[in-house]
Formats: sequence, C-alpha cells, structure tokens
Amino acid sequence: MLMVILAALLKFAAIVLGFVMVLATLLTLIERKQSALMQNRTGPNRAFVFGKNPLSAFVGQLIADPVKVLLKETFDPPHADTWLHRLAPGLAFIPALLMWVVIPFGPGPVPGAEGDNFFLMADLDAGVLVVFAIASLSVYGSTLGAWASRSAFSLLGGLRTAAQMVSYEVTLGLNLVGIFMIYGSLNLNDIIWAQAGYDAATGFQNAYFLGFIPKWGIITQPFAFIFFLAASIAETKRAPFDLPEAESELAAGYFTEYSSMGFAVFSLGEFIGIVVVAALGATMFLGGWHIPGLPIELTAAGQPVIASLATWLSVAAFLFKVVLLVLLQMTIRWTLPRFRYDQLMHLGWVYLLPLSLANVAITAFVLFLTR
Amino acid sequence: MATVTVRRRELDFWEKTYVKEVGRGLAITFRQLTKNLLTREDVATREYPEVRRKYPERFRGRHRLMRREDGTVRCVACMLCSTACPANCIHIVAGEHDDDRVEKYPVSFEIDLLVCIYCGFCEEACPCDAIRMDSGKHPLPSFTRDMQRIRKHQLLEEGGLSVAEQGGRSK
Repeated sequence: MLMVILAALLKFAAIVLGFVMVLATLLTLIERKQSALMQNRTGPNRAFVFGKNPLSAFVGQLIADPVKVLLKETFDPPHADTWLHRLAPGLAFIPALLMWVVIPFGPGPVPGAEGDNFFLMADLDAGVLVVFAIASLSVYGSTLGAWASRSAFSLLGGLRTAAQMVSYEVTLGLNLVGIFMIYGSLNLNDIIWAQAGYDAATGFQNAYFLGFIPKWGIITQPFAFIFFLAASIAETKRAPFDLPEAESELAAGYFTEYSSMGFAVFSLGEFIGIVVVAALGATMFLGGWHIPGLPIELTAAGQPVIASLATWLSVAAFLFKVVLLVLLQMTIRWTLPRFRYDQLMHLGWVYLLPLSLANVAITAFVLFLTR
Repeated sequence: MATVTVRRRELDFWEKTYVKEVGRGLAITFRQLTKNLLTREDVATREYPEVRRKYPERFRGRHRLMRREDGTVRCVACMLCSTACPANCIHIVAGEHDDDRVEKYPVSFEIDLLVCIYCGFCEEACPCDAIRMDSGKHPLPSFTRDMQRIRKHQLLEEGGLSVAEQGGRSK
C-alpha cells in the first residue's frame, strides 16, 4: 500500500514538476512574447544572462521574473483579514494541480484487462466528476482572496468570479455529457480507449470512420467542442471572459491587493488552470494520447510496455495536443475583446446553455436511433 | 437638435454566431504572429539604446559654443542671448578681453538645461555665431540638479570652428 502511494506521489511530482509547472512557467513568458508579436511589438528581450542573443534574453527573463517577485514586499492591506488573505492564493493554486491526479497522460492496458495504467495516478470510474469537483474548489481561492482583501475592486472581482464560474461550469459539464453517452463511460481512461476505437465487445473493429478519420470527440461532437472551448476559457478567466480581473475596470480584479508571492501564486495558478482545461479538452475531444494510424494494440496482452517507443510516442502526442490547445487558447485571448458583463451572462445562459442542452438531446436521440 | 439615424448592415447568420468573425480574427492574429516570428517585418519597435533614430537636421539639441580659428571662444559676452532667452536660463559673467576690438569675453557661461525650453532664440539672437544648438544631442540624465547646469568648458567641448565674420567687420 505504501509503495502504491509512494509511486503515485512520484508520478504526480514527475508530471507536475516536469511538465505542468514547466509549461505554466514558460507560458508566463510565451504569452507576453506571443501577444507582442501579434501586436507588432517585440516583447521582453532585455534580460541577458549569457551574451546578447534572443535565447539568452528568454532564459534571463524566466529567471528575472521569479527573482523580482520573491524580492517584493508581501503586503497585507490595512483591515484585511491577514490569515485568509495569505491562505487564499494557496487555495486557488492547489486544486489546479490536483486535477492531474485523474488525467491519463499515457496509454495503459485496455479496459477490463489486468494491470494499472502506469501514466495515471488514480484510475477512478468517476474521473470526470472528480475533475469538476476539484475545479469548483478553485473558485473558493479567488473569492476568499477577494473578500479577505477588503477592497472594492477585489470584492467586485471576486463576485464576478463566483458568478462566472457558476454560470459556465454548467455549460462545461453539459458539453461532456454527449461524450459520456457516445463513449459510454465517465472514466477518462476508458473514454480515450473508446476514442481510439476500442469496443469492449468487438475489440478494434471499425476503429476509424471511412477508414482514416479517428473517432475522436471533436469528430463525433464538433459543437460540444466549440462550446467546451468557450466555457473552458471562461473557466480560466481569460479574455474575452476576463471580467473577474478586467484591468480597465477593476485594477486587477480579485487579486488587486496581492503583491509578491501571493500575486505570483495566483497568476501561476491561472496558467496551470489553462494547462488543465487544455489537458481535459485533449482527453475528451482530441483522443488523449491516441495517435491516428499508430497500431493501438501496443503489446500482445494489451499491456503497454514501458520501454516501447509507441508508448512514449503516445505520451508525447498527449503533451503535444495539450500544448496545441493551450496555444489556441492564448491566440483567442489576444484576439477577442472583453465582453460586457451582461453580455457574458447573456451568452452563458441564453445561448450556450440551451445549445448545450439541445446538443445533449440530439445526441441522445441519434444514439437511440442508431443503437 | 438633429437626429442622425445610422443604418447598420444586418449581420448574416454566420456573423451572428460569432464563429465566422472569430475565425477571421484568429486568422489575422495568427498571420501577424507567424510573419513577425519569421521575418519581424511588421515589428514597429525600435531597440532604443542600440539602434537610434536619426534626428532631422534642424533638431535643436544641447547647446555648444563655437571657437575662433585661434581656438578662443567666439562669444563676446554681449548678453543678447540671455536677454532673448524667455526662460532666463543663460547666465554669463563678462570679463575684459585683451584685444580692444573684441572688448569682452565670458568669464563664465552657464546654461541651466532643466530650465531651458529649447526654443532656439539664443541661437538666433547671437551676432557672432557663438552659440549653436546643432549638436544633435539630448541633455543627459544626472543625479543632481547642479549637473544639469552646463558650464563653459562643457559647452566648448562640443564646439567646433566657425569662420563667420564677427563684429560686423572683417578681421
């Protein structure tokens, strides 16, 4: 038992420190560079550490940012609830990391076969529900931080966060319902196998539409993918849904009163949130670690060999899909202007929610007719 | 009060769903991203300290004092510049010159750059082509106010030779 927990912790540390944190840290800089180039600027290019070349400036900026943040004073506003004020960034940060526990980032044995997935910490049958349960927790961090700051800007930002998260989580969840119905499971592992074409009754018969189009969620549920993308951007509180931290209206929204590491942890938590929703999107709609064309019967017994090239290629494919979705989110963030608050609610409740419901109903109807 | 009714074009179905327009927006930003990543063609940023912009020829920059052919300062301390100066930033102390055709020379010549408005009146007032503002340089930042009061020797450091006729008669 101890060994299992230890192994799980090691894997968690490996994926979180080796990929999620690295990507989130890189994103803080890539976002500035990307937005700069989109707007015909150059972005940060001054923090040279070795020689005057762009790479050295890139590395230097990555070092300079945390150093600067660490050296700043941690400031608690007067009359703020100091304890809660300091606690809140952690509360916002931890749920974003916890979600990686249920996301499979590599192939395991086929569903029903013996053995556990090496690339998954907790193989839960209610995997998606766990993701949503944890995702809902992250709203506490931002709202609590906003409330504990005792600032009007923060409070407004916190209220907006709460309202927005509640509104869009419904859409986010409903858009995955179609996926559950088609692939017949809430277990993320099983969903990926089903997208790879695995059928418990027949094995890998008819794994592709027309022989070459993979049965990914984006093909079977294209509208759900678009709604999911919109709702996931709203969940990560970024433009065009960045009302909670709308800088032109609320200074910095719910983390206005944060400085130093409190601020850094909040913003890093947000970047991790982006990676997490991208991972969820990749798992649900882009076939997870599945590479079309690569024979899925990785090994004879359905047990992927750790040393197999195909296994590691699949892991790389998953990480690549995550990065792709992250970059897509960033491009959207720097393309679209912010919604007005009433437009945000209007879009969420009047368009996205009924459309998602219609999508679920139509999917159910089609499944009823075809099965 | 007159009312103007602005007729707006009706959006078609795809425009109303945002999908089309969002797609067009993404195409534009992505195009700029790849273009600037590969060629930096549209990047408008100027890398300031390394790459400096060339100023126009008539740019009025830091002042300088010109010299005669024998190397002495051309200024005859006539006070026309400090009189013309609307900001009162030129302070000259005159001394007697050995040559009685020249009469005076500036013992000290100070310009307070923090007060100067760079209007160029001093340059225009000068009958001797002694003070010029064509050095093409900015006033540099400094840690004290006093360092912004530039002295005669600093003004002369930038100064060049001028052979213009002086004092209304030939040498």
